[in-house]
Amino acid sequence: MMEAMNHITWREKIKGYKKDPFSALLLTLVVLSAIITVGVLISLIVYIIIKGVPNITPELFEWKYNTENVSMMPAIINTIIITALSLIFAVPIGIFSAIYLAEYAKKGNRLIPVVRLTTETLAGIPSIVFGLFGYLLFNIHFGWGYSMLGGALTLSIMILPLIMRTTEEALLSVSDAYREGSFGLGAGKLRTVFRIVLPSAVPGILSGVILAIGRIVGETAALLYPAGTATVVPSSVMQSGRTLAVHMYALLNEGFYIDQAYATAVVLLVLVIGINALSAFIAKKVGVKE
Amino acid sequence: MSKISISDLELHYSNFNALKNVNLEIPEKEITAYIGPSGCGKSTLLKSLNRMNDLIEGCKITGTVLLDGEDIYRGMDINLLRKRVGMVFQKPNPFPMTIYDNVAFGPRTHGVRSKVKLDEMVEKALRDAAIWDEVKDRLKKNALGMSGGQQQRLCIARALAVQPEVLLMDEPTSALDPISTSRIEDLALELKKEYTIVMVTHNMQQAARISDNTAFFLLGEVVEFDKTEELFSMPKDKRTEDYITGRFG
Repeated sequence: MMEAMNHITWREKIKGYKKDPFSALLLTLVVLSAIITVGVLISLIVYIIIKGVPNITPELFEWKYNTENVSMMPAIINTIIITALSLIFAVPIGIFSAIYLAEYAKKGNRLIPVVRLTTETLAGIPSIVFGLFGYLLFNIHFGWGYSMLGGALTLSIMILPLIMRTTEEALLSVSDAYREGSFGLGAGKLRTVFRIVLPSAVPGILSGVILAIGRIVGETAALLYPAGTATVVPSSVMQSGRTLAVHMYALLNEGFYIDQAYATAVVLLVLVIGINALSAFIAKKVGVKE
Repeated sequence: MSKISISDLELHYSNFNALKNVNLEIPEKEITAYIGPSGCGKSTLLKSLNRMNDLIEGCKITGTVLLDGEDIYRGMDINLLRKRVGMVFQKPNPFPMTIYDNVAFGPRTHGVRSKVKLDEMVEKALRDAAIWDEVKDRLKKNALGMSGGQQQRLCIARALAVQPEVLLMDEPTSALDPISTSRIEDLALELKKEYTIVMVTHNMQQAARISDNTAFFLLGEVVEFDKTEELFSMPKDKRTEDYITGRFG
């Protein structure tokens, strides 16, 4: 019976909209917008796959880069190194400052709005500005020259607000009942935060970290200056090395290896989509648990 | 003999005077019930007995609360106080971890490390909370998978595991079905042999059924405090009578 009532045929629908042309117009607009959004994404992916997949060859994955094979293997390894280094710096600082904001700072504390404003601002700065800052500070002022460490530190500064905010949100969404329960058993603040609140917030924090990984993997502008574009896996973090995204940018920029650039794009795309899917999956898991 | 004696207690939440000149004696190894309409300050008073109100900003307390003659607001370690005065909350709030870890959390907090000792304490607490038989085969399962009534008894076990002297229960059955409620009530009657229990309840029948003493609160004041039979059979104050006969509240 309910089903019969809810079931409206297309014909009836169109008849309804004929009576109300403004609604019909709005409906067309929203449907169109949705189609455009999805369409752009799909055509982009399809385009890259068509252009890139035929160009993926075994040589592209050889251990050493030369101008013959244009291998992206060193770039893939460098991406992993830079990602790991950036996270090592950004994750602890981000998580600890979020713990301070969410758990320790008193509500009326005047430092909180300042810290929030700073992180929001930091999040809104174009990445090339981070790149320039990193270059001036690490390469010039510290005299490191092009270095993976400088690049990783620059990226840490860039992803810090992201990690901080997702962690803060995750902490704030932990039910106060847990905190009360823990305090009620005679546990102190430290034990409550680290044994009860933080473990409950882990999935949320993790999804923030994964989003941050996505940004690192896809970043070029912030890395070009501090980390440079060397095509090798450097023997130390104090030397230059390019990540996958930078590699692709360099290939396109040089103009000789457009096909290989497309192939790199496919690998990069798969990587980023994979990371985003993982993040969405984890975020969903958080949603289920209260 | 009074386990806890409260004198001249005043409590303010910023501008709101939540408790006015409260004087109460809580006898040892008996159940004392606080009844009264919502917002009358009964939960607030309960929370000031283990200083849970300290967590609320803008909360100011004057007067004294003595636990075995010691002033809990002056010179007592707050974590030791909460070890001695345990609490069970309105909504069951087991931690998102295993049943075992939930119960062991308190003892571990207070420095028990030995596995043998912990096992022993966990089992005793679960037995005392009358839930051992239901959970003994799934101690390593997540506590959030239990039913509401089981969760609340687990929370009681968790509170008992730190070997408190007093157990504060803040409407412990308001989120539970009638069967779970009666199990918790039986449990409270069992527990009063060893513990002093203070229970806030919305349910007057519950207070009448299980408590030895009842305090009736209205607008932050104790209107009447007496033996439960006395208070329910011949209330001395008109307001108490109106409340327990259901004329308001």
